[in-house]
Amino acid sequence: MKILSSWLREYVPGIAVSDRELADDLTLRGIAVEGVFDLGAHGSLFEMDITTNRVDAMNHYGIAREAATIYGLELKLLDTSLPAARVAARPVSVSIEEPKLCGRFTARVLLDIRLTPSSGVVAERFRLLEQKPIFNAVDATNYVVLAMGQPTHAFDLDKLEGGIIVRRARNGEKLRTLDGVERLLDADDLVVADEKKALGLAGVMGGWDTMITPETRNVLVEAAWFDPGVVRRSSKRHLLHTDASHRFERGADFNAPPVASALVSRIILEAGGHPEGELVDVVVEEAVARTAKRASVSFSLGEVRRMLGPTEDAEGILAGTAEGILSGLGCGMANAGAESWSVTLPSWRLDLERGIDLVEEIARVYGYNRFRNTVPAFSGTVVELPWAGKESAVRATLLALGWNEAISSSFCASEDAARFVREPGAAVAIGNPLSEEAGMLRPSLLPGMLDMLALNISRDVEGTALFEMGTVFSGGPERVDERPSLGFGATGQAFGKQDVDFYELKGTVEALLGKFASRSAYFDHFPAASGPAALRLTPAWLHPGRSARAVLDGATVGWFGQLHPAEAERRKLKQAVWIGELWLDRLYRQGLRQPVVEELSRYQPVRRDFSLMLPDSVAYAKVAEALEGLAIPELRIFEPKEVLRGKMAAPAHYSLLLGVVFQSHERTLREEEVQGWSQQVVAALEALGGKLRA
Amino acid sequence: MQNDEIPPLSGWSEAELDRAFAAVAAEVEKSAASIRSPDDKEQFRLAWLGRKQGRLKAISDAWLKSAPAEAKKQIGQRFNTLKAEIEQRLEQAGAGSSDSALNAEAIDITLPGTRRKLGAEHPLIKTWNEIVAVFQRMGYSVGVGPEVETDYYNFESLNFPPGHPARDTQDTLVIVGQERKPLRDRLLMRTHTSPVQIRTMEQQPPPVRIIIPGKVHRNDAADATHYPIFHQVEGLCVDTNITFGDLKGTLDAAMKAFFGSSVKTRFFPSFFPFTEPSADVQISCPFCGGSGCRKCKQSGWIELLGCGMVDPAVFGFVSQKQSLYDPARISGFAFGMGIDRIAMMKYGIGDIGLLYSGDQRFLEQFA
Ligand SMILES: [Zn+2]
Repeated sequence: MKILSSWLREYVPGIAVSDRELADDLTLRGIAVEGVFDLGAHGSLFEMDITTNRVDAMNHYGIAREAATIYGLELKLLDTSLPAARVAARPVSVSIEEPKLCGRFTARVLLDIRLTPSSGVVAERFRLLEQKPIFNAVDATNYVVLAMGQPTHAFDLDKLEGGIIVRRARNGEKLRTLDGVERLLDADDLVVADEKKALGLAGVMGGWDTMITPETRNVLVEAAWFDPGVVRRSSKRHLLHTDASHRFERGADFNAPPVASALVSRIILEAGGHPEGELVDVVVEEAVARTAKRASVSFSLGEVRRMLGPTEDAEGILAGTAEGILSGLGCGMANAGAESWSVTLPSWRLDLERGIDLVEEIARVYGYNRFRNTVPAFSGTVVELPWAGKESAVRATLLALGWNEAISSSFCASEDAARFVREPGAAVAIGNPLSEEAGMLRPSLLPGMLDMLALNISRDVEGTALFEMGTVFSGGPERVDERPSLGFGATGQAFGKQDVDFYELKGTVEALLGKFASRSAYFDHFPAASGPAALRLTPAWLHPGRSARAVLDGATVGWFGQLHPAEAERRKLKQAVWIGELWLDRLYRQGLRQPVVEELSRYQPVRRDFSLMLPDSVAYAKVAEALEGLAIPELRIFEPKEVLRGKMAAPAHYSLLLGVVFQSHERTLREEEVQGWSQQVVAALEALGGKLRA
Repeated sequence: MQNDEIPPLSGWSEAELDRAFAAVAAEVEKSAASIRSPDDKEQFRLAWLGRKQGRLKAISDAWLKSAPAEAKKQIGQRFNTLKAEIEQRLEQAGAGSSDSALNAEAIDITLPGTRRKLGAEHPLIKTWNEIVAVFQRMGYSVGVGPEVETDYYNFESLNFPPGHPARDTQDTLVIVGQERKPLRDRLLMRTHTSPVQIRTMEQQPPPVRIIIPGKVHRNDAADATHYPIFHQVEGLCVDTNITFGDLKGTLDAAMKAFFGSSVKTRFFPSFFPFTEPSADVQISCPFCGGSGCRKCKQSGWIELLGCGMVDPAVFGFVSQKQSLYDPARISGFAFGMGIDRIAMMKYGIGDIGLLYSGDQRFLEQFA
């Protein structure tokens, strides 16, 4: 909104500060001047940003009132005098059929007017405000909105058929509005009508058929007060946001219509014509109580001080200051005991209702930055969220292992939701999605993860390793469950010179599970080809032969592995992609593992390597099981140092280099003992079908 | 370099022993002179002093074996002297000959280091944790709440009445199939973290100090500074006698803790349905010290927070479940800020979309 400083100074002649200081002073009071443009001899143009609750300040007179209050100056009254009216032969009749929706309606008839281009102050101010003038009768209504905010409308009197009726539109009734659009109305719309037809959409826009044209000689000036709700609904339904609707839907000044009517008429009559009859002013008493004559508010200085605290130079706002500010803004202040008042509220400030609203006005006009900065004492304690430590442990582990943290959208496409949902049918749809790709609440972090991996692949990033910790959703319209989850995905040379593989993911999952206390943790898998259908639990998005389930204390905590080649193809991913998800809600059921230190042996370890050939059918888990079955306490560590398949091994076999460490806590081991255990190890592996290589 | 032969010893006279030991000493001297590296040194040590295969032991074993008993003592002493000499040589080889020897082992230290990849924490999480930590030190506990909220918690209880224009400023994503429910029960994606204020107060009598970080959603088209998702941190302090001055002092202290002690704050009137009085807070630009730069659009100030005193109407809603929230007896303040905006400003991120892209080239820069 644009404001002229010269216009403000006309209303408050005593302003002593420069335009720039005036702009700063207003801004600090919440009447924000975003830009100040020099107009030379004509002062300055202020570009304003007024918050939606301050509709009263969206015009020159309203801002002038703020300035007058800030500086403690007088605000000039508006000149509403008019030439004497002739007695009307037949006064206009006005009937309000919907007293709840229209609280006041004024009509004034002007006869024998002359339509001319605007001149003088109106023309000059339009030019400075870069507003296009049309001709005087139309410009007058726009000018008055700029001056004091009240929308008015001028009808061509000769096109009216009978008196004015404010009524609900009839379902299916049609009205061509000023913008030339024919609108289909219904009973939720309020119209200003004559006896035959709708003349305008109340508080929103006038009608085409009765608008002022160059041929117009006689006009009826409407200035009214409409209910904010009805204007808002009509404006929304017809996608018609106008200056008028903007003001009415935020609560216009109930006392303004007669003033605005006079101001508009004065401008029109400058070029000729005369008022015919006195102003017709129909007031709905019940609406007066809601607006112009609201119940007064009892208010005390103690309340101001309790909320605001000390100022820079006193223990709180002084009584005189409070009184001065509120009266300047238009409140009536009647003393009601020591430092307390009964306050009547101005008709143009429907946003003021309660004591706290008055406290705010005092703080605002006094200046927020003139209150002393204090810090409240506190005797409570700081409580951590129960899972805060677990969340940090998971994040720290992933970061230490070289995974980069990402955050993605909470939404996904419905095909993805169906494919990645944990329990079929539990994905939740958005009623008004931003796009089809964001139509569902994500039931899993993996669709987002795959999109992010795809982006990195498309940008030729050599290796990518990402994780996301976020919320996943399930349920339906009645209830939506939210669970914390961890998604991770890697592709290419993410961690070193070799492409990511299954074991890279498994190592990460092992490290994460290792952070939590548990009695047992294991991994298993369900190849598509084996076992009864009920056991084929592997999610459809995973390669059935290169994926695993992680189980902690008997509960599934997640899945990981290679993305199913069919899914990869659907997403046009040409390279192997490894992904997984851990269900943090389940993981967080466990406590964090508390390290308990194991006593270190003072005796030398003895290392032995065994090179073996094993049938493919013997998984490493069986090797481990066999070695554990030996129950040799001194067999401290065994690990696969190298696994080779293909050319290096016999058909349907693989070669395994097994490293074993023997160590005792009590003594140095003797060669013969080690020899004996080694033989046991070999025997156990031979029992599995293994052969010791030379 | 190794000479396996045992040097001859032709008699046990002093003179003959002098000659024989001198010859061995010369041999030691010669092999010590060729020590160039730590490896050479270790070989020298093994060759001469090795317990099993050491030459000194071999020679002494050979000579002592044939020596008459009366000569053994003197020969033993001479071997001890020789051993001490060899040990001295070894020590000198470590110190004296080092410079030239070690220079020969020089490597190209201008080659880049072998770096194990560090994972990078997301800049939003980093910023989030930093802000939370500042308030935790000021006595605030962390509060959280659901991302899918009811209309009641997201709007109504925060004093956004049905049909109120302020609702229009928060374009809301709604869950499908809510039309038949009463308005207050309808599910939507929370548009701010403020509902957690209400949830916390409903569960906990005053005093309350909480800091609430979280993800929020708006039905907004994406551009360089807007995104349908963003992150907020919200704070709430409620007690008896909490004043507007307390709000100002708290945020001033927090901003100084976060951006540095020279940062100043200033407060402007604003409007939020759930606070009154409400304020926008600007901080003096921490990047240019207030003289004007690109980050503060040359103004020297950056708008960073919205805040205000908790509106009594909000306490009214809460007191339906917790009667101790009586606005006549308690008061409080609330504040909120966008984590995305702060992170973008701090790290010079021009496009908010990068934060949600998962582009590793972007993320790696925070490692
Ligand atoms: Zn700056």
